[in-house]
This record gives sequence, C-alpha cells and structure tokens, in this order.
Amino acid sequence: MDMKRDYYEDIQLCRTRTVRVATILFVVGLAVVPFVAGNYALYVLNLIAINCIVAIGLNILVGYTGQISLGHAGFFAAGAYTCVLLMVKAGVPFVVALPAAGLVSAVLGFVVGLPSLRLEGPYLAIATLGFGMAVTQIISHWDFTGGHMGIEAPKMSLGPFVADTGAEQYGIIVTTTVVLAVAAVNLMKTRVGRAFVAIRDSEIAAEAMGINLTWFKTLAFAVSAFYTGIGGALMAFALEHVSAGSFNLILSITFLAMVIVGGLGSVMGSILGAALLTYLQLKLQVIQEAPVIGPLLLEISNRYFTPEGLPNIQSIIFGGIMIAIAIFEPLGMHGIYLRIKRYWRMWPF
Amino acid sequence: MNLFFDLIIGGLSIGACYALVALAMVIIYKTSEVPNFAQGEMAMVSTFVAFTIMTGYGVGFWIGAAATLAFALVLGALLELAFLRPAKDPSVLSLIVITLGAEMVLYGLAGWKWGANQNPFPVPFSEYSGFKIGEVMITEINFWTFVTSLVIMLLLFVFFRFTKVGVAMKAVQQNAFAAKAMGIPTRRILTFTWALSSVTGAVAGMLIAPISTLDTNLMMDPMLKGFAGAVLGGMTSLPGAALGGYLLGLIENFFGGYVSLEFKSVVAFAVIVLILCVKPSGLFVKHFERKV
Repeated sequence: MDMKRDYYEDIQLCRTRTVRVATILFVVGLAVVPFVAGNYALYVLNLIAINCIVAIGLNILVGYTGQISLGHAGFFAAGAYTCVLLMVKAGVPFVVALPAAGLVSAVLGFVVGLPSLRLEGPYLAIATLGFGMAVTQIISHWDFTGGHMGIEAPKMSLGPFVADTGAEQYGIIVTTTVVLAVAAVNLMKTRVGRAFVAIRDSEIAAEAMGINLTWFKTLAFAVSAFYTGIGGALMAFALEHVSAGSFNLILSITFLAMVIVGGLGSVMGSILGAALLTYLQLKLQVIQEAPVIGPLLLEISNRYFTPEGLPNIQSIIFGGIMIAIAIFEPLGMHGIYLRIKRYWRMWPF
Repeated sequence: MNLFFDLIIGGLSIGACYALVALAMVIIYKTSEVPNFAQGEMAMVSTFVAFTIMTGYGVGFWIGAAATLAFALVLGALLELAFLRPAKDPSVLSLIVITLGAEMVLYGLAGWKWGANQNPFPVPFSEYSGFKIGEVMITEINFWTFVTSLVIMLLLFVFFRFTKVGVAMKAVQQNAFAAKAMGIPTRRILTFTWALSSVTGAVAGMLIAPISTLDTNLMMDPMLKGFAGAVLGGMTSLPGAALGGYLLGLIENFFGGYVSLEFKSVVAFAVIVLILCVKPSGLFVKHFERKV
C-alpha cells in the first residue's frame, strides 16, 4: 500500500485520494468555523493555531533534524517584540512587520545554530537554554522594549482592513498557519528536508554523502526560528499585549512537550499535539469549575493541599503526559494514529 | 580592594551551592547518561519538606535536616523506579523528556501543596554576623555553606574511593555491560545513584534556601547554574563539575560587582556558550570523537 512507483508519487502533497478529500474537508471546515463559533471558541482556536505554527517549527528542528532546543521561548519573544516594536515605534504596516519578525528570529536562529555544530545532547540543551534566558533578561531590562511592564500590541491590519474581532483575527492567523503547515510538509519533500533527516539519522554518514553540515544544521535552526518568530508575532496580537515574564523556560518546555506528545518527525502530529496541550492548558486553569472532578479536587485540596495552588495541577498533568508518552509511545499521537491505521488496514478481514 | 574580597567570598559561597547541584547532576549523568532536569525540583521539594518538619512540627534543625536527607534518598530512588526504569531502550531525547516531565510533576505538586507563599527558612546561622579577617566580613552562613560543600565533596570522594557500593557505581559508569557480567546488580546501582544524587541536591537546596526565599521557584535558577557549572567542567568529571560550579559562582559575582548587576544571571550562560565553542566537552574532560 505504501509502495511508491515513481518519484512524482513520493513528492506528492497528499498520498491518496482519501487523504486529499480529508484535507480539503478539513480546510473547508476551518473556513466555515468563524461563522458559527462563539468568541471564546475563536480565541481558543487562535491560540491553538499559533501554537501549531511553533510546534511545527520546533518539530523541524527536533523531530526532523535531531537537534534539541530548550530556548524556543527566546525566538518566540524575539518574534513578538520585533513585530510589535516595528509597528508601534516605526509605523511599519503589519504585512511587512510579520515576515520581518520571522526573519529577525531566523537570523537569531542562525547565530544560535552556530555552536550546535560542535555541541550535542546536554551541551546543546544548555546552550539553547542559556540563549532563551538571555533574551528574556535583556528584554525585561531594556527600556526600549518596555521593560517588565511589556507593551500593548496594536491591531492587525491588511491595508485598509483592520482585524478587530476574534473572527477577523482568526482569518489572518489560521490562513498563516495553513500556509506555513503546507510549506513545512513541502519542505520535507525537498532536497533540504531530506538533508535534515539524513543529519538526524547519522551526522557522519550524512557528511560522507556530501551534505554540508555547517549549512544545513544552521539552516534547520533558522527555519525553526522563523516559524517560532511568526508564531510569537501572532501571539502578541491574539493576547493584545507582550511582556517579558511570559517567555520563560516553562514555555520552552511546553513547546517541546507539544512536539513530543504530537509525535517527532510529523507535521500532523505537531498540529495534534499543539491542539491537545493548548486546549488542556486553558481547561486545567479553571479545573475547579469542572462538573464532577472540580468539587472533588477542591475537597482534596482543602484537606491535604492548598486550594489556591489547585491550578498547579496543570503542570502535574503535563508532566505526566510527557512521561507517559516517552515511556509508552515514543512516537506520540502520530504513532498511535499509525498503529490504528495499520490495525484497520485490512478491515473487515 | 575590600569589594574584591567581598565578591570572592560571596562568589565562593554561592559557587558552593552551584557545585553541589553540579555534582548531583554529574552523578546521574555518568550512570543514566541524561542531564537530570528534575534535579532542582527534587531539591526544592526536599527543602520544603525540611521547612514543614521544622516549622510545622517544631523539630530541631539538625534532626529535621537528617529527616530531610532520608526523605530525599527515598524520593530519588522512587523517581528512578517509577519513571526511568519502565522506559525500554530509551533515546537521549526521551530520557530528557522524562526528566523534564518529572520536573513539571514535582513543580506542580509543590505548588499545589505549599502554594505561592514565600517562606523564611530557619537556620541556626546568622546571615549578618560572623568573623572578620582584616576588613573583610565573613558571615556565618557564607562560611558554613562553603564548609558544608567541602565536607560533602570529601564524603563523596571517600564513598567512591573506599566503599564497595561506590566502586560498583564507578564500574557501572565506566561500562554497564561489563559491570553486569561481573555480577554487579546494575539496575539496583542505578536506583541508588539517583538516591545519592537526590541527597546531594537536597543539601544544596537547604543551603540555598536561607540566602534566597523559599518558594516553588527556589531552585529554578540554581539548577540551571549548577547544570551550567557541570557543563563548564565537563559532564563526566566529578572534580571538574565541582570546580565548574565554584568558577561559575565567582565569575557571576565578579560580573555583578564590577560590570552590571542586571545582567548577572545572563553572563553565566554567555561564558558557557563561549567556552563550549572552544572546548565542546567542557574544561576538564578529554574530548572523545564519536564513531559512526
């Protein structure tokens, strides 16, 4: 079933007719949503779409190229601040500021990628982590970026059209997400994407095959940072405010968790992971309002814990999910999907 | 000139804490080959337990500290048994993810149990008085922090050099497969490594708590600095990690004193990245080229 008879079949965007139909239905569904969904639902969907962009970007680096990064909150912050500052201080229109934010992040990613040529494993983790910490510190101590208070984001606008409502924001954000997701799927079918995968599987073998490690490793960092920067810029508009404190290590870990939970080396997995974790994050913050579990948890909190610490349950559940995925299903949700598909392939025989 | 000596003393004191965290990380890294990101939270939870024992039940400092170390021992062993042992044939990334997950679970549990309050951690040493050498003041807490770190290091050295378990640990670190063939119960040794590392971390936590404030973010920064110190010295060398911790404390304090207090915590990471670019395996470790 997975046999490919020629090169064209291998580089097709959608492998089978079923996938093509499903994709088209999904995109049509996305287009219909703003006309039926309420404001809060749209806000949630916006956040999910933005986190999808970041997860896809991080997956290009972690899942496809095999480099670890614990500093993606830094790129996220760089994108958010570049876009907002360009619009507020320099009066650049949104259409220009958004790609500019991505490019600034990409340049940063390129610079951070340089040490990755010599580092791996824990050493790379601490180097990227240091970068993330440095960005947050610099932003929060710099008057130009508003310091600890942060800055208000202006409205998104495309020429005369200004995105005021959640639905209009949804239009811009989801369009960007779809474009970037398709671009990522395509990228992985090109020479560059194959080079990334080759580096992941064996650096030395890849180099022996004529892949320029210097160029492709830094490029992977740059592409990943570009995605994350765009995500950060869009997040600034979705939350209408940026402040340095939110771009911390926990955020970097959450991004990594999205990629791991979704599945390494799979764009669809990233989307699933981002959707699941973003939704959980929003729901778990108000867990005491949940129908049955809420009062029960409050009761437990009152007896053994502190009730005001209850939202911390979010960390416990996130951590639990990460551990469970790493132990039981290293390929994440994408792995579960593959297993279900294999199980039903010959159905009903 | 006084400032110079003050900075040295402050740097050595905080460096001692970093060195202990670094040692704790290296002990685990050498056997499990994973940087244990949960190290800080393990120490934080242990410190909170110490706080609860001392203030909640009115137990004296020394008995409370001993009880805490016993708790840390169990906590480390439990984490290994519950989270690392079930993972079959894990890659480096999934090990890192497991420790990150453990970090979040512990962080969440501590936040749930103890809330976001900032508590003062009671110690029988003064933060303000001490003795003077010339014009330079050495406070009791700085002095005892430094001495404790040296004592722990000495104990670790004796443990790894002269006890049977310590030698078995070193054997597992060098070659787990051969150690198994020699009849060493490698899995049990692994559990014990985690317990030992957890105890070392708990000592660091109890040393840091009095000079900072005790809340759930207590070990966030020291853990990263300790990790950075371990990387600076080379993740595979115990003396290297300790020296790296001290060095980092000194560098950080000097930068804070002479250049800029605001960017004090960034400079550590800048130094790390620069040094790693020159020596990719840290300062005190021989770099091995990987085979295909």
